[in-house]
Amino acid sequence: MFLLKLVYKNAFRHRLRTLLTLAGLAIAVLAFGLLRTVVDAWYAGAAAASGTRLITRNAISLATFLPLHYESRIRAVEGVTRVVRSNWFGGIYQEPKNFFPQFAVSDNYFELYPEFIVPPAQLGAWVRDRKGCMVGRSLAEHYGFKVGDVLPIRGTIYPGTWEFVVRGIFDGADSTRITRQMVFHWDYLNETLRKTAPRRADAVGLFIVGIDNIDNAAAVATGIDGLFTNSLAETLTETEQAFQLGFVAMSDQIVAAIRIVSYVVILIILAVMANTMAMSARERTSEYATLKALGYGPLFLAVLIVGESLFICALGGAIGIAATVPTAVAFRKMVSIFPVFAVSAQTLWAQAACAATVALAAAIVPATRAARVRIVEGLRAIG
Amino acid sequence: MAVPLAYVARNLWTRRLTTVLTAGGLALVVFVFATVLMLDAGLKQTLVSTGEYDNVVAIRKGSETEIQSGVTRLQAAVIETHPAVALAADGKPLVSKELIVLISLRKIGAQKPSNVIIRGTSATGFELRPQVKLAAGRLFAPGAAEIIVGGAIARGFEGTRIGEKLHFAGRDWVAVGTYDAGASGFDSEIWGDVETLMQAFRRTAFSSVVLRLASSERFESLRADIDGDPRLTNEVKREQLFYSDQSRALSTFITVLGMTLTTVFSIGAMLGAMITMHAAVANRVTEIGTLRALGFRRAAVLGAFLAEAMLLGLVGGLAGLAAASLMQFASFSTTNFQTFADLAFRFALTAAIVAKTIAFALAMGLIGGFLPALRAARLEIVDALRAS
Amino acid sequence: MSAPLVEIRHLAKSYVRGGQIVPVLADITLDINAGDLTAPMGPSGSGKATLLNLIAGIDKPDSGVLRVGGVDIATLGEAELADWRAANVGFVFQLYNLMPVLTAYENVELPLMLTGLSRAERRERVELVLAAVGLADRMDHYPNELSGGQQQRVAIARAVVADPRIIVADEPTGDLDRHAAAEVLGMLRRLNEDLGKTIIMVTHDANAARAAKAMVHLEKGELLPA
Repeated sequence: MFLLKLVYKNAFRHRLRTLLTLAGLAIAVLAFGLLRTVVDAWYAGAAAASGTRLITRNAISLATFLPLHYESRIRAVEGVTRVVRSNWFGGIYQEPKNFFPQFAVSDNYFELYPEFIVPPAQLGAWVRDRKGCMVGRSLAEHYGFKVGDVLPIRGTIYPGTWEFVVRGIFDGADSTRITRQMVFHWDYLNETLRKTAPRRADAVGLFIVGIDNIDNAAAVATGIDGLFTNSLAETLTETEQAFQLGFVAMSDQIVAAIRIVSYVVILIILAVMANTMAMSARERTSEYATLKALGYGPLFLAVLIVGESLFICALGGAIGIAATVPTAVAFRKMVSIFPVFAVSAQTLWAQAACAATVALAAAIVPATRAARVRIVEGLRAIG
Repeated sequence: MAVPLAYVARNLWTRRLTTVLTAGGLALVVFVFATVLMLDAGLKQTLVSTGEYDNVVAIRKGSETEIQSGVTRLQAAVIETHPAVALAADGKPLVSKELIVLISLRKIGAQKPSNVIIRGTSATGFELRPQVKLAAGRLFAPGAAEIIVGGAIARGFEGTRIGEKLHFAGRDWVAVGTYDAGASGFDSEIWGDVETLMQAFRRTAFSSVVLRLASSERFESLRADIDGDPRLTNEVKREQLFYSDQSRALSTFITVLGMTLTTVFSIGAMLGAMITMHAAVANRVTEIGTLRALGFRRAAVLGAFLAEAMLLGLVGGLAGLAAASLMQFASFSTTNFQTFADLAFRFALTAAIVAKTIAFALAMGLIGGFLPALRAARLEIVDALRAS
Repeated sequence: MSAPLVEIRHLAKSYVRGGQIVPVLADITLDINAGDLTAPMGPSGSGKATLLNLIAGIDKPDSGVLRVGGVDIATLGEAELADWRAANVGFVFQLYNLMPVLTAYENVELPLMLTGLSRAERRERVELVLAAVGLADRMDHYPNELSGGQQQRVAIARAVVADPRIIVADEPTGDLDRHAAAEVLGMLRRLNEDLGKTIIMVTHDANAARAAKAMVHLEKGELLPA
């Protein structure tokens, strides 16, 4: 089609300018995609949450414990299928920057997390070894842990050097599952505490409560909290998702800032693109006038310009989108704080939408100007 | 001899739209750059300024934060009697045994609660921190369920004004005063009587012991004695270092994220500058030829276009800096990853940041404009003149 | 008669175009005396523009001697040539080649920026030459506020302000209407006759050619006998 050919040729008239614009577009689209992925990563815990799990913790704060004997009472509440104990261990592996979550959990942990796939033989080995630990696939790959390895962890909350033996490696059912973590036996932690610091023993960080039906969540939560109102340790029970979102909320200003910055990227690239289109259009005023004199209407001109803008943005955007996944993978290798760092399909769509919007916005003014150019003035203009 | 500055500056003015768009892109990058630096400076200011140089904090060995730590009454008693500890006017050791707990409080306008530090302390604790001053109301009375609220908390959280009550640990606590701790971390805390809080939270051990050194050099002997004493599972740190260590992860995170973003953005903005300068050169080929014919050297032409590019950077830089300086009126609070508690800090604009920002803006202009300027300088006179 | 101002001996120049060497000037030997108004004439492609460029020092010959005022400019390095041009050559172009962002005053001042004159001294000279071309009242106007003829007069002022040895004009009336062309031509003549300025002018304008005292004919890069 004549129009397409003209668009293509015009776009590459100033090759250097177009290449630079493409580079700028690609980088901006890439940055936008990465920022969105960072925000997604922040919400990873909430995304992986299940509607059939509740978290019961001390109403005062997460840093306060619940008595062990609450477990049987929670278990007895109607709608509860199983109860798992979990204490955040927060130890250091070799150096503080090698951060990954470690939890002391009761033996029935994996029953409540069917999305973690464990080979039954390994599960059995873990149950039998009180010093055993289970390591997620992502964590194992990052540090090269294998079954049988001894994992020395320096405790911070629970002082001393603790040694665990890797008894199994679990996989996530899909990429949203967090496998950059390690779990070991709560009983082992408690036993050790009974000997070294008895006052701190029999204290649970939080209970993970499995329920039979998603719709019962609110009722069961109220039921559990009702058991312990006005006691020494009041509880707060919420869905796992609400619990995870609570974490996000703690850094909500950082997350908001990152979101704002991602929009700033779009503005930057809009400025660059608008500049390029304005320059190109200005230089071709006499050409547009000529086309008009020949009988091509204002709509044709507008479409020509918008088409060029779309073409360049589509090309630059495509490069940026293509580069997003490999860059995310490389970023993940370098910076290990995020347990999950995966580029979602929505992000890719958002990048495309971003490129399209910029294309249209950048072309509006030049397109309307060109459409309105008066033949006589235009021909007189020196490009 | 250089090409007159009027030529350089007016050329930017003539092509106003292009200049505005390019400088706008640069300004946005500069804004992000400056804001990140300001945020980190604000964070550092808060943490460096938290505590006194000659105060020492004793915690459990291996704990990184007071929350994770525990000091038994016995251990506290032993530490208290060390000769390196300064004595108050009345002969009693300048020591405060403190408890740290976290409670959930809702920020004004937030859906979900954040964790806030409650520090059980004493009148001595107040004395040990001269940077903390009572701003309104009065100090909590020993034994009473009373609290005083740090400035950042009073401003940012619900239910923390004088006379209002907070409910935790099974009872109501009345806010009887607010204190101002400047930009330090103490401003993001709530203080109460340590013994009352210990009882309410059913604690038998303190979180930490804070003491003043009789003289600064005695820190090493104190540390050696504490490490060597078999009764004690404690370690000591200078208070300021202790608090600044607690923010290392957050500070690193902010800096790394911020600088990565800025680097990526700056590439985009520099490409914009390159496109603009390239077009500027292309449009002025005849002028360049004329200047060279008149006797201006290649270096003068290079200089003129570099100056134009850097001026563009400067304009963008000043605009971005001006916008960033408005951030000083905003405050920022987030959960410190290490202490798990909310920490408020400001965006701090220092002279060093202004200098770095302007240098960054000029550098962007320079790098973006370099290749086009080089191209301009390398033109042959005859070719350039023929272009008309 | 003193030595000629411009002594050219066996000058040759060729260009490389698309991989091929195209000779433009071959073995040119010629003298131009101080105070001459010379107009190289010849058909398109005869090399007259190239000859002009070489004498003006904005291009370098491949071989030969090109002495202006005793200095063989063919041997000068690029930087030295730039300095030489600033002191010795005034340019008048077909399209005036004024800086659009500078006022008439600033455009005329431009060559003086390459000298060591103080601002006051520069002001004196600029005002003098602008008055001489009759544009003293338009000093602060920008080129786009002046007519073609006025712009060319500003260009002439710029060409003489540093008191150069030679003035080089490439189609000075090419873009002007009859009236303005006559004005500009008159001005160049006065510069030559009254002030003794040596002018070398390439032109298609028959009137302009008639003003020349010395004619030089070129054809296919070679001088035709006078």
